Amino acid sequence: MADNAHDHDHEHGIGHPAPVKLLLGVFFALIVLTILTVVTAGQFPKPFGLWIAMAFATAKAALVMLFFMHMFWDKPFNILAFMSSLLFVALFIGMTLMDSSHYKVDQDSFPRGEDPVPVTTTDSGG
Amino acid sequence: MAVADTHSTDDHHDDHHHHDHGEFIAHHFDGGAEQQFDSGKLGIWLFLVTEVLFFSGLFVAYVLYRSLHPEIFEQAHVFLDKWLGGLNTVVLLFSSLTMAWAVRCSQLERNKAVSFFVLITMICAAMFLGVKAIEYSHKWDMGILVRSAFDFHEGHPEPQTAIGQSLHISDYLVYLSVIPTILLVGFAVASVAFKVMGNQHQYAFWGCMAITVGGYFLGVVGGHIYMDVTDGGVGGHAQNAPVVLYAQEAEQDDGPVTAPDGTVPHESPEPPAAEEGDDAEAGDEDEGHEDDGHSHEEGDAHSHAGDESHAEGDHAHDESHVHHGPDPTKFHRDVGVFFSIYYCMTGLHAIHIIAGIIALAWILWRSLLGHWRKDYFGPVEYVGLYWHLVDLIWIFLFPMLYLID
Repeated sequence: MADNAHDHDHEHGIGHPAPVKLLLGVFFALIVLTILTVVTAGQFPKPFGLWIAMAFATAKAALVMLFFMHMFWDKPFNILAFMSSLLFVALFIGMTLMDSSHYKVDQDSFPRGEDPVPVTTTDSGG
Repeated sequence: MAVADTHSTDDHHDDHHHHDHGEFIAHHFDGGAEQQFDSGKLGIWLFLVTEVLFFSGLFVAYVLYRSLHPEIFEQAHVFLDKWLGGLNTVVLLFSSLTMAWAVRCSQLERNKAVSFFVLITMICAAMFLGVKAIEYSHKWDMGILVRSAFDFHEGHPEPQTAIGQSLHISDYLVYLSVIPTILLVGFAVASVAFKVMGNQHQYAFWGCMAITVGGYFLGVVGGHIYMDVTDGGVGGHAQNAPVVLYAQEAEQDDGPVTAPDGTVPHESPEPPAAEEGDDAEAGDEDEGHEDDGHSHEEGDAHSHAGDESHAEGDHAHDESHVHHGPDPTKFHRDVGVFFSIYYCMTGLHAIHIIAGIIALAWILWRSLLGHWRKDYFGPVEYVGLYWHLVDLIWIFLFPMLYLID
């Protein structure tokens, strides 16, 4: 919170200068997580690999947001505003995925499911 | 909360006038510097919200298509080199570090240090684009394009341009590098000209811009060296792709054939998807039939191609069917959809990188003028937040596109 920032400032500055050690620490943590993500890719059984990779990505995103983006010291309202976007992204993706089963029928009945129609445009390929 | 904070600064309000930087605090902020800072910060957070939602459309396209056609993603990702993507991730993470460091320095009124760290950030941004140019040109060379233009073929065409021939690089890389080259020359000339005219600020600024563009070429050279090292020749990462694909096709045919180390018995030497060029003319979906017809020509591996086209409708019914084995027919036809999504996502991201460089150039300009003060560093922080968001998006794009298992 901004109130914390005042404790650290010599004057009435409005910023909270992040300590260099913290920035470097976060950076190295990010690098380690990146290496872990790359090295472990494809090492897990099918459904888990994706989720583990996304868990690594989320951890990295959290580090960037908390310390590089100063969310740790930011006003709750700013955090709320930004986090609300993630809520809506989740809704967006979730609703679309739930809906996708409803037009599977259409997908299946799409022309490609039928015998080849006499389209003769293949000659132009190359 | 915000209200309380802004009022708390009223005590300090008068202090601002004692400083020489009052010029940057707008009159309509009764709360003074802090209110101005907080307003701007809320504004940039709201902008980031719109950015997240903006990208989320593409994320939805990705998630939806992957959930419906996982097999396409499994086949497509072999065209992407995870180490090259990982290198770009590290470059971007490092640029985030230097950006955060720049913000710290601006809060401490160290304008020279801000200039330095912003410059490093810009160089990293340009370097990211350089590596991306290597990746893009390599894919374009091999016909790895969006769905309607997907026309995969092995190997690289001989460069036609004089530069391409003399440097042994892709024509597309030459085309992509035209604008950076012009910028590099222009910035360098401007810098020298201002030096001659004795304008130190402009000299430094345009010099830094030239160095920034140099970062692009650093990325290009680095990416190119990586490609040479990993492939020992013209090829590069996507050369590995056919190995995997042929292995997959062979599995259906007569057992394992290849190790993914580059020794490929080319079972299907015929460029598989040469007939895709006409796809743009008609709807995506019903194109499949022609391709099925063509894939019959490609050998035994495709003898069931016709059947597959019928079975394909069943993918949606029965997701498990999808995992039984790669479907060459599927690869030949629809793997381009992955690249439609890939190019949209990485392309939009690259545009954000370019916008970020321009915004950072503005920060650099003002840093060189020494504008930042303890109570006025908002622009550095705002651009920093934007830059970190671009990094955040890449943090998710990287595993989604490069690390599919």
